[in-house]
Amino acid sequence: MAEHHGHDHHPEPPSAVEARARALESLLIEKNLVTADAIDRIVEVYESDIGPLNGARVVARAWVDPEFKRRLLADGAAAIRELGISGLRGEHLVVVENRPGVHNVIVCTLCSCYPWAVLGLPPTWYKSAAYRSRMVINPREVLAEFGLHLDEDTRIEVWDSSAETRYMVLPERPPGTEHLSEEELAALVTRDAMVGVARVEVPARA
Amino acid sequence: MSDRSRTPAAQMEGAAALPRRNGELVFEAPWQSRIFGATVAMHEAGLFEWREFQGRLIEEIARQDSEDYYRRWLTAFERLLVERGLLGRDEIERRAGEYRRLERDLLD
Repeated sequence: MAEHHGHDHHPEPPSAVEARARALESLLIEKNLVTADAIDRIVEVYESDIGPLNGARVVARAWVDPEFKRRLLADGAAAIRELGISGLRGEHLVVVENRPGVHNVIVCTLCSCYPWAVLGLPPTWYKSAAYRSRMVINPREVLAEFGLHLDEDTRIEVWDSSAETRYMVLPERPPGTEHLSEEELAALVTRDAMVGVARVEVPARA
Repeated sequence: MSDRSRTPAAQMEGAAALPRRNGELVFEAPWQSRIFGATVAMHEAGLFEWREFQGRLIEEIARQDSEDYYRRWLTAFERLLVERGLLGRDEIERRAGEYRRLERDLLD
């Protein structure tokens, strides 16, 4: 059964410059001069995935250092500062751990709250009405659409982000990775795994 | 797709150079990355030459007394779109007003 953790959201008017930027983007998309996907793709490539990279470093450290993991689960914001990651603007970071029988996934049902500091920019689908509403109602089905098929007896916990509290998923370390260094482990961790719509996979040996 | 270091946007130098930290691009708000992405995507789709945008960006940097790089980028991009007849000034004003007054959902 999915649990739903609700919080306050914040429909505040945008700044003049933000409204203007949004106006240009929406008009360009309406006129088919650009697509939201094309913008996503450019941003993702240019940013060199710097956002998800921060999250991946956090996950890899937690996998190799049980004490760090304990601190991370107790106070996410303080633990990521240990790794030199800043960028949180006073909001809490709650890290939720996947383990056998429990799978976590994050969503923002009312807007697009996202753990920026560790995951960078949210993908367009995260902001879509379909993802925001359906993940709460039927997470198992939505996860299956992402290609993540969970056993019936795995409990799915859905964490609803807010302006005050952002969530990040600590995925399970895949089996067969005992020989990998922290850096090699970080390279396996994807944005989708930290949102909770994928597992961390080990690429087949070449 | 993997090597972006040689593309026109990444090669701009001096005051027009993209803001970076440790060599990585820095965006301070989602709108900045969206407007950056739209500009590069439209250039890559062949809708304008990079120098057409870059020239306006350099003008805006010289003209606007602001520390905010992407604010000037936004003005330069808007000017390019209007001057090339891709968007109308009036529709931009109208749409921005709707977002500003929350008459339109920011996420749609």
